[in-house]
Amino acid sequence: MSNKTEIWQGTLALMILKTLDTLGPLHGYGIARRIEQISGDRLSLNYGTLYPSLLKLEQEGWIVSEWGVSENNRKAKYYKLTRAGRKQLAKEAKEWNQTTAIVARFLAPAEDQS
Amino acid sequence: MRQLRAWLLRFKGLFLKDAREREFADELESHLQMHIDDNISAGMSPQEAKRVAVMKLGGVDQAKEAYRDRATIPFVESVVRDLRFTLRQFRKNPAFTITATAMVALGLAASVAIFAFVDAALIKPLPYQNPSRLLFVTERTPDIPRAALSYPDYLDWKKLNRVFDSMEVYNQRGYVVSTSAGMEMVDGARVSAGFFRTLGVGPLLGRDFYTGEDLPEAPRTLILSYASWQKRFGGKQEIIGQPITLDETPYFIIGVLPQNFHFAPVENAEFWATLNPGGGCFTRRSCHSLNGVARLKDSVSIEAALADVTRIAKDLEAQYPDSNRNQGATVTPLSEIIVGDVKPILLLLLGGAGLLLLIACINVASLLLVRSETRRRELAVRRALGATRARLIRQFVIEGLVIVVVGSIAGLVSSHWAMKILKGLIPTDMMAGMPYLNDLGLNSRVLMFALAVAGFAAVLFSVTPAFRLSTLDLREGMAEGARGSAGKVWTRIGSKLVILELTTAMVLLVGAGLLGKSFYRLLQVSAGFETKHLITMRVGAPLSAYGEDAQAVALGRKVVEEVKRLPGVKSVALATTLPLSFNGNTAWIRFVGRAYNGEHNEVNERPVSSDYFLTLQAKLLRGRTFTDSEDATKPKVVVINQTLAKKYFPGEDPIGQRIGNTKLSSESIKEIIGIVDDIREGPLDSELWPAVYEPLNQFPHSDFSVVVRTAQAEQSLIPAVSDAIHGIDSRITISSQTTMTERVNNAATVYLRRSATWLVAGFAAVALLLGVVGLYGVIAYSVSQRTREIGVRIALGAQRGTVYRLILKEASALALAGIVIGIVCAIIAASLMRKILFGTPPWDITTLLCVAGVLGASALLASFLPARRAASVDPITALRAE
Repeated sequence: MSNKTEIWQGTLALMILKTLDTLGPLHGYGIARRIEQISGDRLSLNYGTLYPSLLKLEQEGWIVSEWGVSENNRKAKYYKLTRAGRKQLAKEAKEWNQTTAIVARFLAPAEDQS
Repeated sequence: MRQLRAWLLRFKGLFLKDAREREFADELESHLQMHIDDNISAGMSPQEAKRVAVMKLGGVDQAKEAYRDRATIPFVESVVRDLRFTLRQFRKNPAFTITATAMVALGLAASVAIFAFVDAALIKPLPYQNPSRLLFVTERTPDIPRAALSYPDYLDWKKLNRVFDSMEVYNQRGYVVSTSAGMEMVDGARVSAGFFRTLGVGPLLGRDFYTGEDLPEAPRTLILSYASWQKRFGGKQEIIGQPITLDETPYFIIGVLPQNFHFAPVENAEFWATLNPGGGCFTRRSCHSLNGVARLKDSVSIEAALADVTRIAKDLEAQYPDSNRNQGATVTPLSEIIVGDVKPILLLLLGGAGLLLLIACINVASLLLVRSETRRRELAVRRALGATRARLIRQFVIEGLVIVVVGSIAGLVSSHWAMKILKGLIPTDMMAGMPYLNDLGLNSRVLMFALAVAGFAAVLFSVTPAFRLSTLDLREGMAEGARGSAGKVWTRIGSKLVILELTTAMVLLVGAGLLGKSFYRLLQVSAGFETKHLITMRVGAPLSAYGEDAQAVALGRKVVEEVKRLPGVKSVALATTLPLSFNGNTAWIRFVGRAYNGEHNEVNERPVSSDYFLTLQAKLLRGRTFTDSEDATKPKVVVINQTLAKKYFPGEDPIGQRIGNTKLSSESIKEIIGIVDDIREGPLDSELWPAVYEPLNQFPHSDFSVVVRTAQAEQSLIPAVSDAIHGIDSRITISSQTTMTERVNNAATVYLRRSATWLVAGFAAVALLLGVVGLYGVIAYSVSQRTREIGVRIALGAQRGTVYRLILKEASALALAGIVIGIVCAIIAASLMRKILFGTPPWDITTLLCVAGVLGASALLASFLPARRAASVDPITALRAE
């Protein structure tokens, strides 16, 4: 149970970082919508779980937050990637790619293995 | 690194709660608004838009909860909540809180304060290098377990031994120095040159003695103690190499000892000079004046060392049968010489304090039990609402910890003061013999001990109610007013604890009783003279003016004459050694006209002036005492004590018999002219030795003690006596001015026993109080549990007397069990402290009976109050209350 959450949280964190890297500073709601859009609505995200993840990233220093004004003139808290966060993203993305590649080879049809 | 940063931020989050919650509420608010805006533009109705937004979020409160868990440390936060709850509970119940913490503080303060003394005396190593390898080495005789070495013997032991790296000697002596206040007698010591090297102590300033600097022809040098350097020379560095005159002899100051150096056997020696053995005593094998200190070679055991020195002593005995007959050898760890006297007393006190701590902890534990009993419903409700057992136990642990932490802090502060007060109560003279107590305090070892004690209490306090929790039946706890098995279980545990408390109290009370009785017995010991209204002081006259026998005799006569003239003085006498100081300064005697096979008949030798027995009010049993005119021109005479008469003249009349030295040389022959009742020369608890009292005028001394019998108020006469003696010659030094009463009270044996008795009595009184309060608690609780039963009994016609009996029976069963077990434990404990008891057996029946009576009576009193409450139960109220 806790294992699953951890993996999910790790993945969610990676998605958040990538989103901020792509779109620049963004508020929580925007991040949530973006993740759903990118996943092609195949990922049903409980928006409430996003905030503890954001807080964790902030505590670890990957992102910083600041109050600003949204496109609809709403007051909103914007999250921005730090330089350390960008490095962390590159590192995590690389690790993720490696892991998925390994897992993918395991799951590939048997005759591909020599 | 990042992890640590996150943890620190989360820890910080524990404190900035309100601002964070508000900010997150704002963020969620803006999140929902944006989502609602989007939903409305997607064509939803406002209500629908809001519903979907909240649903997608997963609930506002859930989101906040999840956020909070990440913002802080959830475990810590819930502990903090439990802590707040505990503190609120304690505030609501101040009587319980104060009692419990005060008991912990008391137990901890007493045990920590005593432990600090134990640490300073027994645990902290002595300020020497590798002190466990140091031995105190002396000769021994059949009568004296540790007899001083003679100089020629020392030289042979030093040369012939195969077990010591080095062996050195010292002895204590006073030095006369000229100060601005006139001539002053200052404590000092003489040591052989390697003394400090053997101890492994180097000087703070200057140098140590060179090898050979202790030989007769070497120039006289001395090393100052740190205290003396500060006091007499203002701590000036230039003092090294300066000359100083001691005893009319020039010395050079060559060094200063470190501040932490102490050597208890010579008390507060200020001047450490070399031995420079001249003639006299140092040339004779039979003149024993030195104590040996040796460093054991690596890998040599104490037993091997003893065997080796014993072998040397045997060889010397064969070689010099006249002087060395029966002169054996003994070795003792130096630490035992330094702290040997106080060790049993300190361990006894530590035991007493430990028992007090135990009883205090048990009392708090049973208070906690009672509390957990009255909180049965609260606990049952919390269980029913989903609190896990672990969570409830955590609550108890936190409660226990709060009591322990608050109690321990209070206890540590009190122990600091207790130490100060206890140390302040030690008379200066006693303190001089216990220099290791100087840096008494809350050092790391003492704090570790306090921590261990607190840990023990914490475990006890959290385990007791937690254990109780396991007997808690949920349904039963919830039931209104249920009085079922749980109450009985508690009463069973509680009553066991009370028995344990009463047993402990009994042990302490018996200990105090036995010590008190020993002390009383000690004071009952007859000194052999009247100790009240006596002034004593030590007088020293310069040898240059009083070195001749005639001069010394004249000085003695003059002192007596001048002091006698003072108003309020009844009589005056002189003695070389005061009574109640020690057995020693002995002579070997031989009887004229009896066969002699060379044995050493060792007797105390005490030259005294003619009015000595009159002044002391010692009882002359037969014959006469000597007169002032019996000096060198008259035949030599001697007065013996009763012990000597009994030992050497059984069934014979000693009067008129003659004694002499081992060779019966003509100048040593004296005629026995009288027998006095035994005057105790050593401490009150020491044995009586045979003694000979010789006319001081036939054995003149230029330094002696003056004993003055006054009509009354001796204390106020001391200055007048000193002035009168100073008036004879301003070069005379006067020291140790005191009264015999003070000498008795401050004597080590008396002082140690008295303080131990008072402290243990204090512990016992508190233990009695705590034990009785504990008993009261159990009985009162039991009565409150049985109110309904008692109501029914009374309604059914039980007499009040029957109810009294019912309750008192329960109480007396507990008290009796406590007393009986207590007696057994007390006898065992008392056997362990037999060494400290005096004239009192560990199973002393009167003490045991008295203590049992006191404890029984107090227990009855404690149970009488709840019994009366039980007897006055109104059956109607009692039955309705349920």
